[in-house]
Amino acid sequence: MASSSRPETWLYPDARGLYCAPGGFYVDPHRAVDRAVVTHGHGDHARPGNRAVLATPETIEIMKVRYGGEAGRELQALGYGEDIKIGDATVRFAPAGHILGSAQVVIEYDGRRVVASGDYKRRRDPTCRGFEPVTCDVFITEATFGLPVFRHEPDESEIAKLLVSVTAFPERAHLVGVYGLGKCQRLICLLREAGYDRPIYLHGALQNLCDLYQSLGIGLGALEPATGTNKKQMEGEIVMAPPGALRERWSRRLPDPVSVFASGWMRVRQRARQRGIELPLVISDHADWDELTRTIDDTQAPEIWVTHGREDALVHHIGLQGRIGRALALIGREDEDD
Amino acid sequence: MRAFAALLDRLAFTPSRNGKLKLIEDYLREAPDPDRGWALAALTDGLDLRLQARKLIGELMAPRIDPELFRMSRDYVGDTAETVALLWPEGAGDAPAPTLSEIVAALDGADTKEVGHLLEAWFDLLDATGRWALLKLLTGGLRVGVSGRLAKTAASRVGGVDPGEIEELWFGLAPPYRELFAWLDGKAPKPDIGDRAVFRPLMLAHPLEDGDLGKLDPLEFSAEWKWDGIRVQLVAKGEEVRLFSRTGDDIAGAFPDIVSETWGQVVLDGELLVMRGGAIAPFNDLQQRLNRKTVSKKMLKDYPAHIRFYDMLIDDGDDLREQPLAERRRRLVQWFDAQAPNRADLSEPVPFEAFDALEAVWAGTRENGIEGLMLKRDASPYLAGRPKGHWFKWKRAPLTLDTVLMYAQRGSGKRSSYYSDYTFGAWREGEDGGAELVPVGKAYFGFTDEELRELDRWVRNNTVERYGPVRAVKPALVLEVAFDSVHRSTRHKSGVAMRFPRIHRIRWDKPPEEADRLEELISLIDG
Repeated sequence: MASSSRPETWLYPDARGLYCAPGGFYVDPHRAVDRAVVTHGHGDHARPGNRAVLATPETIEIMKVRYGGEAGRELQALGYGEDIKIGDATVRFAPAGHILGSAQVVIEYDGRRVVASGDYKRRRDPTCRGFEPVTCDVFITEATFGLPVFRHEPDESEIAKLLVSVTAFPERAHLVGVYGLGKCQRLICLLREAGYDRPIYLHGALQNLCDLYQSLGIGLGALEPATGTNKKQMEGEIVMAPPGALRERWSRRLPDPVSVFASGWMRVRQRARQRGIELPLVISDHADWDELTRTIDDTQAPEIWVTHGREDALVHHIGLQGRIGRALALIGREDEDD
Repeated sequence: MRAFAALLDRLAFTPSRNGKLKLIEDYLREAPDPDRGWALAALTDGLDLRLQARKLIGELMAPRIDPELFRMSRDYVGDTAETVALLWPEGAGDAPAPTLSEIVAALDGADTKEVGHLLEAWFDLLDATGRWALLKLLTGGLRVGVSGRLAKTAASRVGGVDPGEIEELWFGLAPPYRELFAWLDGKAPKPDIGDRAVFRPLMLAHPLEDGDLGKLDPLEFSAEWKWDGIRVQLVAKGEEVRLFSRTGDDIAGAFPDIVSETWGQVVLDGELLVMRGGAIAPFNDLQQRLNRKTVSKKMLKDYPAHIRFYDMLIDDGDDLREQPLAERRRRLVQWFDAQAPNRADLSEPVPFEAFDALEAVWAGTRENGIEGLMLKRDASPYLAGRPKGHWFKWKRAPLTLDTVLMYAQRGSGKRSSYYSDYTFGAWREGEDGGAELVPVGKAYFGFTDEELRELDRWVRNNTVERYGPVRAVKPALVLEVAFDSVHRSTRHKSGVAMRFPRIHRIRWDKPPEEADRLEELISLIDG
């Protein structure tokens, strides 16, 4: 028996997701499986219908709100830093800093440690615990913004842009397209930190998760439903809605709305233009290029597996560093709206 | 530079005219002199910093990034200048970002090598938006959807003055426009530009709408042909002769044949044409002469320029603009007879007593180069801009075609939630012998807001396929499309392209199989 078998022999992608053979579980399976370890609550990572689910307590709560009875038959919460044995593997969660409850999965087996990052970022986020690097033999990193042109601006300057625009156009509403889980609540918190204390208006689809955040102790200030308020009254107000609503009939209830979109993609002008965005804000819950490369260094892993995103550039960069980088093809990931 | 960069950034994404005006006005109120003056110059395309920067920025970037990563980034972003702006290492400099005035001053007279050092230092001090804006300034053409006229209108709002007043002063002033802003801020009197050979803003006509004729008294109007050339203003002060386009661009350089003639001391309004043997050449011939810095002898010989005058603004220092058209016309004729200039004639009035008789004359005329008729009130003063009720342009009735709606695309700005851009097709025989639709054009105006709502609803309910912002719809709705002309085009699948297509009527009543065929459109091609 080899004292330390190569990780790719026991942790590998198949048609359902990334499979850990000695533990008999999948990490973020994209189809229902018997046993799932879920990094965070976004729909392309946490899917309904698994039999057993292991996730952080916050992620479990998020899955219950989103999927109700479909969240999984056995939901098991595991706090950050606690070890659990699954089959022959040991599993532990480390904070990923992506959204509330997001975790990296640390898997140890046969003297080797592999860390699957899930999605992560390195900058401060008032709605969740910051990323903690874990040294390991193999680091599996996301690469949503895996090109050196992606460098997210400081949050404060982006929020300031929005507030300047609200002042400059007092007769218009500002309709901010946000992903409903994480980005929405983070943006609200950032606005509150910048001193914005007016009610923030919400598209109906965002209400439940905001309620959940508030009940988990993350203060969001005064929130009002955007529907049913008269048009005149919405002048000068900030409204949050899922990105799709910016272009849909729903937006017609607002007075001459300025379409705002908060996303890392907004760094590239053509991406903002294609979506018809009037005020692009570069605010993302994913690591930018500098954060990706710094994190890869921090883990000291000699081998890096790169998942969804623009993996070519990151794999090339890892090669330049004299380390082993390879693309890990996982299907079912959606990153367009973040 | 930071504030100006933020302005350009915001303008580039703002679709509405009012939004742009507001942004520029706010900037001009807050920015200090001389920064705001240089900014206004840049927005009116009057800041000529154009450098051969493309090669230079590549050389500056090279030592800062791996070539493969640069290539991948460039491929993704699609624009070299933007890629460099985004990739440049952040925070390498340790000093305040340069101001726009510092940049303009430093570039004045700098050679390529010096420019390289300057750029390097500035890039280190600016953020990504600042670097992007600087590169836009340097490589020429801001392309943020702002016309010179819009920028000047925004400036006029700062002082609460009429935009026409700024247009009038404009060509007598130079960047950074300190005198102009002092006046707009109410701190100094209106700048006196004396009687320099400057552009005077033009008087423009309104299109004649259905029902307008019934409200006009034919006795109060004169008619003349609307010539198919380009509108120009000739400003002559003896030896100094300048020729301006309708937007005030000095195009004298492209027309040495005109400016070398003797004109006296006048400001005249007329149509620039190419004339051969007393006949107007097609518009295409005139186009050979436009947008050139210099012009060859052969060009001058093959495409001789000519001006057909119709109005006189200033005669030997005497400003006639307050005078009625009839009087200006008399002075124009008087000047023409006395001066007898070469390469010029007068646009003669078309006599008429009633509008229907005038229309009959028009229908019977075969002369080349006529685009329509102008109706001008004899009593009209010469007013800058497009004043109501004085001048009308009466173009030929448009051509129309019944087409079938094929695709709809979401609009931008206020229309971003509406399917407001329509691609329509005509029938032709398909390869299998059956009838098939082939796209013949695209239109996004010509309908009311109410009709837009109905069209939008129809598109959503009849979608058969989606491609991003575009929806393919069931071939079931007939759109009567109006257009000015149609010509052959190799760029379109149908082989034809319409000029100024717009939705004329929505034929909710008409079955799609009764829409027109491609052959009918082809039969409307001129010549």
